[in-house]
Amino acid sequence: MADHDTVTINTLFEIPVLNRGAMKDLSTFPAAPEHQEALGFPGELVDNWQIKAIEKFGELLKKSRALQVYMDGCVKCGACTDKCHYFLGTGDPKNMPVARQDLLRKIYRRYFTFAGKYFPKLVGAEDLTKEVLDDWYNYFHQCSQCRRCSVYCPYGIDTAEISMAAREIMDHIGKGQKYCNEIIAKVHKIGNNLGLPEAALIDTLEGLEEDIEEETGVAVKLPVNVKGADILLVTPSADFFAEPHVDGLIGYAKVFHQAGVSWTVSSYASEAANFAMFIGSYEQMKQIAERIRKAAQDLGVKRIIFGECGHAWRVAYSFLNTLAGPFDFLDSRYPVPQHICEFTWDLIKDGKLNLDKSANDHMTLTFHDSCNVARGSRMGDKPGGQFEIPRAIIRACCNNFYDMAADTIHESTFCCGGGGGLLTDDLMELRSKGASPRMEALKEVVEEHGVTHMAAICAICKSQFSKVMPTYGFDMDSIVSVHQLVSNAIILDGQVTEEDADEEGDAQEHAAEQVST
Amino acid sequence: MLLSTIYAVLFYLATAVFVVGLAYRIRLYARTPAPLKIPTTPAPVTQSGVVVRMAKEVVLFESLFKANKWTWLFGWVFHIAMLLVILRHFRYFNEPIWFWVNWVQPFGMYAGFAMLAGLAALWGRRFLVERIRYITGPSDHLMLLLLIGIAATGLLMRFVEHTDIISLKAFILGLIYFDWQPIPADPLLLVHLGLVMLLMFIFPFSKLLHAPGVFFSPTRNQVDNPREQRHLAPWAAALDADRTEAGGE
Repeated sequence: MADHDTVTINTLFEIPVLNRGAMKDLSTFPAAPEHQEALGFPGELVDNWQIKAIEKFGELLKKSRALQVYMDGCVKCGACTDKCHYFLGTGDPKNMPVARQDLLRKIYRRYFTFAGKYFPKLVGAEDLTKEVLDDWYNYFHQCSQCRRCSVYCPYGIDTAEISMAAREIMDHIGKGQKYCNEIIAKVHKIGNNLGLPEAALIDTLEGLEEDIEEETGVAVKLPVNVKGADILLVTPSADFFAEPHVDGLIGYAKVFHQAGVSWTVSSYASEAANFAMFIGSYEQMKQIAERIRKAAQDLGVKRIIFGECGHAWRVAYSFLNTLAGPFDFLDSRYPVPQHICEFTWDLIKDGKLNLDKSANDHMTLTFHDSCNVARGSRMGDKPGGQFEIPRAIIRACCNNFYDMAADTIHESTFCCGGGGGLLTDDLMELRSKGASPRMEALKEVVEEHGVTHMAAICAICKSQFSKVMPTYGFDMDSIVSVHQLVSNAIILDGQVTEEDADEEGDAQEHAAEQVST
Repeated sequence: MLLSTIYAVLFYLATAVFVVGLAYRIRLYARTPAPLKIPTTPAPVTQSGVVVRMAKEVVLFESLFKANKWTWLFGWVFHIAMLLVILRHFRYFNEPIWFWVNWVQPFGMYAGFAMLAGLAALWGRRFLVERIRYITGPSDHLMLLLLIGIAATGLLMRFVEHTDIISLKAFILGLIYFDWQPIPADPLLLVHLGLVMLLMFIFPFSKLLHAPGVFFSPTRNQVDNPREQRHLAPWAAALDADRTEAGGE
């Protein structure tokens, strides 16, 4: 297996030759018994796991139309075969979406269909053996559930649904993944993926308040657990300290401050990301979502706004109302929930933010559409708002912006390589290779337009890129938050800028003009 | 007469399996709940928008067009040609012949060649493209072979070795009105009809279920309105009941 330091970038349109078994042995760390049991799953592989797996599979087929239809409907046309970033990066044929699906489908055929029961060889049906289970574990943890394949499938078959079902089955026979299950248990116990308790959260946010005041001279607050605030901000816990996430959080705080709204973070629901989606567990996902409902009720807020986080936004936008609704106790004039980009864009549209684009002149930007925002959600009123609104914000805050190639953005965007519960160091090789299609597209705009930075609105994308970009010869800080750009450009009321210091008189005139217009 | 009886019985059986099998499958798809909103976005925000999206998918194969132009071309030509051919065949099922069947007739005759060409190209991909070869199983080859057999025998009868079409029509109308007539003992015809019946038998048990399946695909048939309207599956609604109790503690 290649060392990650020697990853070469494939040309975008070059489809790799098959490299059978290339990623066969890459196995993410299994969940320890305590991680499993915390979620109510068996601690280790149960004795009668074959029977239990088939039972669970049968149950899921009855509960999910998508799973049932997608198990039956594939015609092996091959439309998806060159669409997965992990296939493009590794060449392993089992990373082709149809082949990944078939790991589950061949078992479906054997145990649930007439043809597979009586003519298994003919239709490619197989018994559920230990080898199959190992393939399930390894290859269903090489799918980031980004749904790129589902865009191109003539029947809309979504491999994410299938890998979620497979992970759900594995959890129920005692073969879960450490990364996801450990994190979900932390959310149930403490309220966020990092296990950051209330005191530490308050302390961290106070530190940020000091930083902002030092930088701008304005006392921007980052409130925690404030009852009666208008807005509950639910943001990925990575925003509290990771780079460049935290610069985005500072951006949200400045926007809220400038808008003059009261807002708060909740320590009880201090996590936007809902990792239960990755393991396909409706029940776990609901439990996590219910924390947000409870926090909103306890704090008596009127609106819920989500920070920059891709999978979080999919669960929030598409599932929150289902999982934890109805939200009839909130202000019905606003969608529940809203994305921070929707909030900021509304203010920009209404001319309520004073933005100095030149503050971002040291950067030339491009935008990475995060997979779950692009293909699993929306912003604004119109389809495709999830593409337009973040770009509109960037354009309002920056002078230099160029999009990457058309077949690598919008609904065709590539996953960063770390989504879907794969953002763990034990999958580093996969993450590096899976990032290659995005890196190739980035390289193109770097060479053509002198792009220096890539903006994103997802905590996982940001973490993943800052880790793998150096492998591809980019600086780790060339990935930025969209609200970091807002933060740079925004001029708060009363803010002391460098220009003010130089030409105080002029600035006052400006301000006077703006007030009068 | 034995031959006619065998074919008549098989035809009734094939039709029963096809209709009942398909109805069972469609009922299963319709009754299985979709617990979450999962349309592949950007998605239509209204029901009529979904109808347009589905129509583009079913008539134009829009997603496949985005995916791969060659696969789209071969697949689309095959399906549209097959549709014309099937419509043309209505002339053997009704008397007097419906007016529009006569309109289709000239297109339907030559569409047979396009159907065969499309199938041949689709089959060629299964040998020539490494990725497609990898995912192809025996049943995928046999399915194409079956369709090619049907198209080829049909074309041979139409353009090379005509069968006794008057007697054939009498046989088929006889099946429909339970007034059984002898079938022409023409080998090409018997093979052609045999293969068609085989196709009807395996339809509800094979990947041909993609035809009804696409209409039930949640990524394509759901309206993108989760914030406006709460979507709740019956089994999931039961979990909300637990919440009220837990909340009351």
